[in-house]
Amino acid sequence: MQSFLKRKVLAVQDFVYLFAYSFRNLVSPPRYYADMLVQMDVIGVGSLPIVLLTGFFTGAVLALQSYRSLARFGEVALTGQVVALSVVLELGPVLTAIVVAGRNSSGIASEIGSMLVSEQIDALRAMGTDPQRKLVAPRFFATLLTLPLLTVLADFIALLGGYLIAFSTAHLSSKEYWVPAYQSLGPHDVVQGLLKPFVFAVIISLVGCYFGLRTTGGTEGVGRATTEAVVVAVVLIFVLDFFITRFLIGIGFA
Amino acid sequence: MMVPPAEEPFSKRDQMSTPAIEMRHVSLAFDEKPVIDDVSFQVPPGGTLILLGATGSGKSLLLKLILGLLKPDRGEILIEGQDIVPLPETALNAIRKRMGIVFQEGALFDSLPVYENVSYRLREDGERDEAKIEARVREVLGFVEMEHAIDKMPAELSGGMRRRVAIARAIASAPSIMLYDSPTAGLDPITAQTINVLIIKLRDLQGVTSVVVTHRLQDTVVLTNFVYSAERKALVPAFTDGGPRRRGPVLFQIMREGRVAFQGTQEELARAADPSLQRFVA
Ligand SMILES: Nc1ncnc2c1ncn2[C@@H]1O[C@H](COP(=O)(O)OP(=O)(O)OP(=O)(O)O)[C@@H](O)[C@H]1O
Ligand SMILES: [Mg+2]
Repeated sequence: MQSFLKRKVLAVQDFVYLFAYSFRNLVSPPRYYADMLVQMDVIGVGSLPIVLLTGFFTGAVLALQSYRSLARFGEVALTGQVVALSVVLELGPVLTAIVVAGRNSSGIASEIGSMLVSEQIDALRAMGTDPQRKLVAPRFFATLLTLPLLTVLADFIALLGGYLIAFSTAHLSSKEYWVPAYQSLGPHDVVQGLLKPFVFAVIISLVGCYFGLRTTGGTEGVGRATTEAVVVAVVLIFVLDFFITRFLIGIGFA
Repeated sequence: MMVPPAEEPFSKRDQMSTPAIEMRHVSLAFDEKPVIDDVSFQVPPGGTLILLGATGSGKSLLLKLILGLLKPDRGEILIEGQDIVPLPETALNAIRKRMGIVFQEGALFDSLPVYENVSYRLREDGERDEAKIEARVREVLGFVEMEHAIDKMPAELSGGMRRRVAIARAIASAPSIMLYDSPTAGLDPITAQTINVLIIKLRDLQGVTSVVVTHRLQDTVVLTNFVYSAERKALVPAFTDGGPRRRGPVLFQIMREGRVAFQGTQEELARAADPSLQRFVA
């Protein structure tokens, strides 16, 4: 039991180091900009289609359910508002993060893990490269920059999906959907919705790097690291989402 | 330094020059299990150390210790006279510039083509002149006869080709010490021989200090008994009258479960009484 706790504490410590080093590596050279651009392409552009697709259908099904529930109370006009608040505060950030975690926490863990077991990371160090700078920092900052952008796009396309349903099924006009949707969103809501992706980006990238870097046991170990990375990232996203929300409400922000 | 015609006994080796590589009482344990246990040895400049031993006996770990990729629990590791054990990673990088390593499986960067693999170290060391980089890449790829593969990805190469590109990558920055981890393992005898020729060529033409891990008896025979003749562009037997001389001695070290089971020259190994060592004798 004690050794179990010790291992967990050490894991958190390693994770904090990864986080701290990433920032140190931002302020001092050498920086690997080319790698960061590649990672932005892999993580940002690569996730775009699937993020848009899930965003669209999330918005659509949300509008469908909201409309049917609201119709019971004769409040169909609130559909736009319900969709907008749910998407911007919760579903947009969380579902985007989950999708990107599924794609990229696993991708990062398996790429770094296979580099580790095939001694490519030793080769980097042997040639004078710090793997933290070369591998972790570019993935960290690429995720930090692209996830908020992906979230904004997902939010938007979800609202659009909601609108198509509201228009076709609930027979709301454009004005009856978009105006309440727009007006319901206060600045606090937008800030909350945009704060979350930054936190989730830290989780997605560093959990992937962490499990990749501690891969043991050859190719089989890479598979294990990949699975663990996705599971831990997804669980952490849900848990942290709750605590961020609770915290923001607590300080009277939301 | 005069090169002796035949090997001097290991113990009496003259101490005129600082060893290129030296370990003094180095020990390392993983999870309290000792994997390197009180290992000491010296390799003079231009010399060859042949590391033998069963799988898991600690040969690869010794190479990683020499590079400073791992820190020992105890002992000193001196590279050209400087103890690298207390050095931080940034200071180690300066020392690593003098060393090249060929990993057991090559460890080429999968995501980069051969050209970028071989030029990696040059860029990392701050070379920006692309013409210079390309000239050097072509030169070292020519040395290992792999120029034709310059634009290929590592996944498109055969095992022997990967090994040769790995050698090219390691020598691109002209290191004075080369570490080879089982460079011939899993190769057919002819390809293995071309790798041995490369190792000997680097050693004898450029005076590179070499540490070679191997499981193959054939490699030890070639590395010990042949030298590279620049005129004939081929290997010739060592110790022939008037023929080219090896610059440094060839030493053998046999590892057993992290300990040194034998250390000495080829002749000393042949005379060694321990029957378990006889399988390493040609
Ligand atoms: N990172 C590690 N963690 C724990 N144990 C390790 C680690 N690396 C190596 N070992 C152990 O150290 C011992 C020596 O390993 P090493 O890789 O040096 O063997 P080797 O002599 O190179 O074997 P081979 O000929 O198979 O390559 C082995 O028992 C191995 O299990
Ligand atoms: Mg080995």
